Amino acid sequence: MSGDIRLPAADAAPTPLHDRARRFTAPEVVAGAAALFFVLAAVVPQWVAPGNPLGINPLSAFQPPSFAHGFGTDESGRDIYTRVVHGTGSSLLIGAAATAIGLGLGIVLGTLAGMFGPVVDFTVNRVLEVLFAFPGLLLALLFILVFGPGVITATIAVGLSTAPGYARIIRAQLIAVRRSAYVEAATVQGLGRTQILLRHILPNTLAPLFVLATLGVGQAIVWAATLSYLGLGAEPPTAEWGAMLSAGRTYITSAWWMSFFPGLFIVLIAVTATVLGRSLDRRLRHA
Amino acid sequence: MNADVRDPAARESAGPAPLVVHNLRVGFGGRAGGSEVVHGVSFEVAAGECLAIVGESGSGKSVTARSLLGLAGAGSWMTADRLELHGTSVVSSTEAAWRARRGKSVGLVLQDALVSLDPLRPIGREIGDSLRLHTNLGAAARGRRVIELLDAVGLPDPHLRVHQRSGELSGGERQRALIAAAIALDPPLLIADEPTTALDVTVQAQILDLFREITRRGTALVLISHDLAVVSHVADRVAVMSEGRIVETGRTAQVLADPAHPETRRMVAAVPADRPRGTRLSVPHGVSERPISPSRPAEPTLPERPVVLERPVVLEATGLVKGFRRPDGTRHAAVDDVSFTLVRGTTLGIVGESGSGKTTTARLVLALSTPERGDVRVLGQPFTTASVRERRRLRASVGAIYQDALGSFDPRLSVGQILRSAVAGPHGTRRATGTTRVAEVRRISELRRVAELLDGVGLPATVLTRRPLELSGGQRQRVGIARALASTPQILICDEPVSSLDVSVQAQVLDLLDELQRELDLSLVFISHDLGVVQHVSDRVAVMQRGAIVELGDAGQVFGDPRHPYTRRLVRAVPRLA
Repeated sequence: MSGDIRLPAADAAPTPLHDRARRFTAPEVVAGAAALFFVLAAVVPQWVAPGNPLGINPLSAFQPPSFAHGFGTDESGRDIYTRVVHGTGSSLLIGAAATAIGLGLGIVLGTLAGMFGPVVDFTVNRVLEVLFAFPGLLLALLFILVFGPGVITATIAVGLSTAPGYARIIRAQLIAVRRSAYVEAATVQGLGRTQILLRHILPNTLAPLFVLATLGVGQAIVWAATLSYLGLGAEPPTAEWGAMLSAGRTYITSAWWMSFFPGLFIVLIAVTATVLGRSLDRRLRHA
Repeated sequence: MNADVRDPAARESAGPAPLVVHNLRVGFGGRAGGSEVVHGVSFEVAAGECLAIVGESGSGKSVTARSLLGLAGAGSWMTADRLELHGTSVVSSTEAAWRARRGKSVGLVLQDALVSLDPLRPIGREIGDSLRLHTNLGAAARGRRVIELLDAVGLPDPHLRVHQRSGELSGGERQRALIAAAIALDPPLLIADEPTTALDVTVQAQILDLFREITRRGTALVLISHDLAVVSHVADRVAVMSEGRIVETGRTAQVLADPAHPETRRMVAAVPADRPRGTRLSVPHGVSERPISPSRPAEPTLPERPVVLERPVVLEATGLVKGFRRPDGTRHAAVDDVSFTLVRGTTLGIVGESGSGKTTTARLVLALSTPERGDVRVLGQPFTTASVRERRRLRASVGAIYQDALGSFDPRLSVGQILRSAVAGPHGTRRATGTTRVAEVRRISELRRVAELLDGVGLPATVLTRRPLELSGGQRQRVGIARALASTPQILICDEPVSSLDVSVQAQVLDLLDELQRELDLSLVFISHDLGVVQHVSDRVAVMQRGAIVELGDAGQVFGDPRHPYTRRLVRAVPRLA
């Protein structure tokens, strides 16, 4: 029972959390490297795969993976590796564009519902509920049914089908932030409505959306590939993963590599987006 | 901590002591030293005796208490020379052995009855659980016993209550139900961890009475609390814990009258009730959280402050009414015709129990919600009835401090950003877009003002880059006070500003508010459910009950000679040092 008394333990500050959060885990490093590869493949595909993705060479059709053709060749002798790499750009673009459309629409609908009183809120919510009643992919199919297949319609369709989810999240987040104690504190400080909206409400509502968007890109790419696979998005011979998967379906018993490698890349990009999104989420939460 | 300080009445009881602890050490993680949080504590409790273990959060008191039930937590380890429950050594008990003992030879009462009771099960079933597990009573006999128990803990209409779920009970009723569950098997030892912290004063007094009644029946009680005043009426002996050690122990009256250890002296001094206005509550010690600067002398008592009532009225609330619609459609008046005035440089305390309308009143005064009737005038000008533009201009004169300081800060911002934006005020963003030189001059003057505010509330400049989440409760409230002072207000509305703080941290914050009031000639509206705190800080006091002010007068009169029966009941229930 020594008499020395140090700083009162009662009021000791909690230990900073970010030391733990800042360290990279192994999956994050792998996902980061994969993301770097995908971005390189999307921006400068000729560096990653110098060949021509559309170059036909009937003599070397249906070749299994070898040193000459790492991922094998398809029914027209096109190099699958080259095609997969050159397809990254369009896949990423479709994913990003679809997410942007979904998020943009979600922000508009969510803000309307969350900011402009009970009547607007009620109306928007009923619209969202109708949209929610259809499974996302079915909604996309409906849209394509009306506007015809193609890369652009498929992108819009995917964006549209993800919008209700984003709108709901934004509305809930907006309402929570608007009622938060710090918004009240800002009111007491004498800030005006616009200032509070710009300084506190919007940043706190939108920050969590970056995480959602990252997670959403992976999902959107899978959906866009699904539509292409069904022949409703990009059409052969475009180097697009879903379309390649679809083309390989006919030869799945004799040339598995035709559908395996595009499928592998779809999975990889979705996993990468998910791992990065979760890591971002963890960091933002602890920052 | 010897047998000689035990109550003579308790010593008569036959059989071994319900609890003997010798050199108990508890830690987390590996056994290799560093992680130890309880460094060898020893005490014993006799039948019918109450031992209070008091200490600040982090002192190890809860871990100690939980170790007595084998519940120290995941990854914990425990060693002791002796740890005996009713004569049986439990040092190396297995989990199965602990399970057989919990409820039967030692009962536990937790702080938050709302989360400690299953919301989906009737309390009768909840209480009957331990009877079902540990006795061979039939269902009918169990039912009768549960009703007996509820009756014993003073719950009215027990035969109806057994069918209610925890959500249908009030805070005090839930706590009673929890105590009934803990004493169901009549364990010789009961451990209560902060059992009254979440309760209103009058309910707290009832629960403390109940504990006294339970010890009278021969049960040994270990009461854990951070508040010396609360336990002083129930406990026969007190053990003061600090940093995992018992630093002082003895009979309650003796410890309170002549505290030997500095930690005990600090805790005794921090009790606000019956301490005249202007008395320092926090005793500065070795390394204080708040450095003592020349502008802030450390003398324990400041001169009596003359209260001049001829000074101007700065805040005037007249006939405020605000109601809410209940789920069943009936109207409920949260604030019903509330009027008061606040004189410059004085403090008006508003006191009442939960649901009395204190916070709604604060929100009306801050014009965060619009009153149905009545108005508020600030510095003689209309405030609640003013135009939005006019009100925004007046807001600079009215600052606010909140109970949940952390929640009142934008989670994205650092302390520096919070204070700078408060200093810049509503026009900060607009004016910052001037020429670079003007912006630079403004930036420097803003930073100087932020430094001044930090110094004023006794925080080091190092907190500027931290986020409020990384600060302690006391530091957060200091940041909250600094932000409220940024616009140099004349009025400060404080809504339960110290209610979530430990008693000793509360003492520091109350002292800080008192100093700032003197320095800046602030006028305070101080809202609290804690009468002791209100008595300490207030010149005038308004007592609220069911939305109305039932008594309003000088603090001395309200506390010394309460007129309204409700005030009298409240004043009687204030925790004072025995």
